[in-house]
Amino acid sequence: MEHYHMNLTLKVWRQKNSKEQGKLETYQVKDISSEMSFLEMFDVLNEQLIVEGKEPIAFDHDCREGICGMCSMYINGQAHGPWQQNTTCQLHMRAFKDGDTITVEPWRSKAFPVLKDLVVNRSAFDRIIQAGGYISVNTGNAVDANAIPIDKKDADDAFMAAACIGCGACVATCKNGSAMLFVGAKVSQLALLPQGGPERESRVLNMVAQMDKEGFGNCTNTYACEAECPKGISVSNIARLNSEYLKAGLTTETK
Amino acid sequence: MALDAKIPHGEMDKKWTDYKGHVKLVNPANKRKLEVIVVGTGLAGASAAASLGELGYKVKAFCFQDSPRRAHSIAAQGGINAAKNYQNDGDSVFRLFYDTVKGGDYRAREANVHRLAEVSTAIIDQCVAQGVPFAREYGGLLSNRSFGGTQVQRTFYAAGQTGQQLLLGAYSALERQVALGNVKMYTRHEMLDVVKIDDKARGIIARDLVSGELESHFGHAVLLCSGGYGNVFYLSTNAMGSNVTAAWKAHKKGAFFGNPCFTQIHPTCIPVSGDHQSKLTLMSESLRNDGRIWVPLKKGDNRNPKDIPENERDYYLERRYPAFGNLVPRDVASRAAKERCDEGYGVGTTKMAVYLDYKDAIVRYGKIEAGKSGKDNFSHEEIVALGKKVVEEKYGNLFEMYEKITGENPYETPMRIYPAVHYTMGGLWVDYELQTTVKGLYALGEANFSDHGANRLGASALMQGLADGYFVIPYTLGNYLADEIHTTSISTDHPAFAETKKAVADRLNTLINIKGTQTVESFHKRLGKIIWDKCGMARNEQGLKQAIEEVRALKKEFWSDVRIPGEVNAFNLELDKAGRVADLIELGELMCLDALDRNESCGGHFREESQTEDGEAKRDDVNYAYVAAWENKGESSWELHKEALNFEIVKPTQRSYK
Ligand SMILES: Cc1cc2nc3c(=O)[nH]c(=O)nc-3n(C[C@H](O)[C@H](O)[C@H](O)COP(=O)(O)OP(=O)(O)OC[C@H]3O[C@@H](n4cnc5c(N)ncnc54)[C@H](O)[C@@H]3O)c2cc1C
Ligand code: SF4
Ligand code: FES
Repeated sequence: MEHYHMNLTLKVWRQKNSKEQGKLETYQVKDISSEMSFLEMFDVLNEQLIVEGKEPIAFDHDCREGICGMCSMYINGQAHGPWQQNTTCQLHMRAFKDGDTITVEPWRSKAFPVLKDLVVNRSAFDRIIQAGGYISVNTGNAVDANAIPIDKKDADDAFMAAACIGCGACVATCKNGSAMLFVGAKVSQLALLPQGGPERESRVLNMVAQMDKEGFGNCTNTYACEAECPKGISVSNIARLNSEYLKAGLTTETK
Repeated sequence: MALDAKIPHGEMDKKWTDYKGHVKLVNPANKRKLEVIVVGTGLAGASAAASLGELGYKVKAFCFQDSPRRAHSIAAQGGINAAKNYQNDGDSVFRLFYDTVKGGDYRAREANVHRLAEVSTAIIDQCVAQGVPFAREYGGLLSNRSFGGTQVQRTFYAAGQTGQQLLLGAYSALERQVALGNVKMYTRHEMLDVVKIDDKARGIIARDLVSGELESHFGHAVLLCSGGYGNVFYLSTNAMGSNVTAAWKAHKKGAFFGNPCFTQIHPTCIPVSGDHQSKLTLMSESLRNDGRIWVPLKKGDNRNPKDIPENERDYYLERRYPAFGNLVPRDVASRAAKERCDEGYGVGTTKMAVYLDYKDAIVRYGKIEAGKSGKDNFSHEEIVALGKKVVEEKYGNLFEMYEKITGENPYETPMRIYPAVHYTMGGLWVDYELQTTVKGLYALGEANFSDHGANRLGASALMQGLADGYFVIPYTLGNYLADEIHTTSISTDHPAFAETKKAVADRLNTLINIKGTQTVESFHKRLGKIIWDKCGMARNEQGLKQAIEEVRALKKEFWSDVRIPGEVNAFNLELDKAGRVADLIELGELMCLDALDRNESCGGHFREESQTEDGEAKRDDVNYAYVAAWENKGESSWELHKEALNFEIVKPTQRSYK
């Protein structure tokens, strides 16, 4: 790969805390290497701000390898930036060129209030999992792992759904702020596995009820979520969620 | 104080069963009155908190991320070991035990390792029951792969996302207990000290990282599951937030620190590309299963790797270690890469890299697939295409990650790799019950020193974290809490809480008021460079002595010139980081001290003074068959305690993978 250096203008959302109003501030960074990651470019900017006696920009990140789901920047109008199936931390500066202006904002959603600058509160996702995103099996209760063979296709599909990193890009991208892709992924994973069978109905009903309570919007099938999901979670999981929900509604009514 | 490891008597393979048969129990009514604090909700902490909640204890769990699902465990790629012997290839509890003791270069406690091997099988059962989607074969049964340092296939995996899937399993069990009211979860909270009353751990001081406020929390017992300290090197494969603070505060409150110099340098990571680098990315060890590692035979050969013919390549691991080849343990593979690069055979722009090549594996798999199809007129291109598909299924996400970072396609060009800091075998010293030298204070997972000796085998950390949390602590903690049922909850108005809280507040205020000129990050980088250069892949007396001086000077400079913007009572990431770096600096000094004391080479600890003629590590069992447990005696002052290691079953021999 050829390397190059660039100067950039950054417009970054600054907000002191959840109560105060925020606004975009403009910064210049110089001599950024195309080999840097996007967050390393932010490191450079933050070091610069500290030296200038200013407060650095708060942003969430941890693993910096696309798996923890902590990073969450809305870059030039796209969740996690311009690359497909990619997290903010995996975005590299070779995606930009000298002289570019880059606008960076936090996830915007009623259910994800801003805590500071680019950091939002995503605890609603944990509460949705608490509502049913598990299989009730106490430690020590399990049968031998090979006692129940699982069709490889189902196991693979369950794994694909389980790859969700809980980042919230789907919500941030959706014009309705819907969490259907996130919820659909978990419901699908557990519905595809025999172990998930016994709680299948209560799970989907409770998780959807919690999702509504948290203030996430409705799904109107625009599929923006799938396009921006860093893990390529398919909208077929939303279809499965809908059918699971319908089935569960019917059975519980007759029960 | 004499160290008592509390190893149960009796035959090695009966110890744990006997222990469980005689351990004190707490009845369900009393469990409800007992409060347990769990610091950290990675694999070890989440599994412990969930299991203890299920048993009926009142649990409070803490993590500094915004959700327990983001703990560093999430990043583990390759897999988890278990002695299931599903492959019928001769595996057994004994063999897993034996491999782990040997792999650890005879510096681990046999009884702990045996227990680990025993409970390993139940972990897989538990995870499958939770819905962890491990890889499967067409018959619907679980699939296995092999990993470094072993000759059987005992590693369970979920593509290159095993840690993620295991953690999400433990996380779901934890959130279920939260919903049931048995566990209260505190996210974006950082534990900043242990509170001791009458010599027992009775709680913690934690900071709410959003509001900046300090909180006191009581517990009848405190479990530290706070992960490893690899970030002392600044650059490592650990997540950015991984740190030693929880363990270090415990250490300063009387918990001995075990084998701090035992750190693991992983052989296959993406090499450093420049000064801006903030972390290093691992390429899972599972890649060594199928990939072949080589450098050019000629020094400074700048040709495109594709243009270097077979007879001009040096597959140096296969050459030096014919029995294990590319699957030698990590410490051996890392040193061999360093040796080639130091000699001038390295590749890439920095010349600090070697090739990991999938060309042969792609063809091999392609031929197998072609064979399965029953047809026999495949062209080479078709075979390669079939092989690529197999490789993609096995390692797709790793290859993708490599391409995202480097911009190169590893299906076409061999990957460039170099060793990087990955794991810390050292940690808080614990006895057989996972209790530290402070009563009521326990350490689980990577935070303790316990099972891996001087070198950890691949896929064994996930196993240990979950073993500790699901299957060990639920028994051993009961043995302590059974005597605590008469202790009523202590109010956090108790003077011990107030004093500790004040000390924590004072320290934060001191830090923020230094108002110096240098950033926290710049200090962290300098610390990392000292430790990497002098206490990294090779260590010697002179270098270590120098490093100790340099770290002390750095500490002084830090405390007089660090600049932390913002306020104490607010969301302040720089302040969070400053506290962590301050603790890592102190730990760095102890690491060098420990490395200096241990004048032998073992596992990941390579003392240049102690090597064989052909450059292999030379252990010294006469003088160093002990666990070094360091007691803190105040500023830059420690006393060394030794736990002698007795090998009843696996008799130490010079490790050979030749
Ligand atoms: C890239 C990578 C790949 C790996 N791959 C494998 C593999 O394939 N197989 C394998 O067996 N091992 C692997 N390992 C090692 C393994 O992942 C770790 O050793 C293991 O996951 C550690 O688990 P843990 O629960 O001990 O700690 P962690 O998962 O690190 O969790 C630490 C927890 O403590 C919390 N915490 C820390 N300090 C505080 C504090 N002061 N206050 C509050 N909370 C705190 C954190 O928030 C977090 O919840 C890998 C490691 C890396 C870096
Ligand atoms: S579905 Fe995709 S975008 Fe949504 S939380 Fe999961 S990984 Fe993120
Ligand atoms: S920082 Fe973990 S996914 Fe980006």
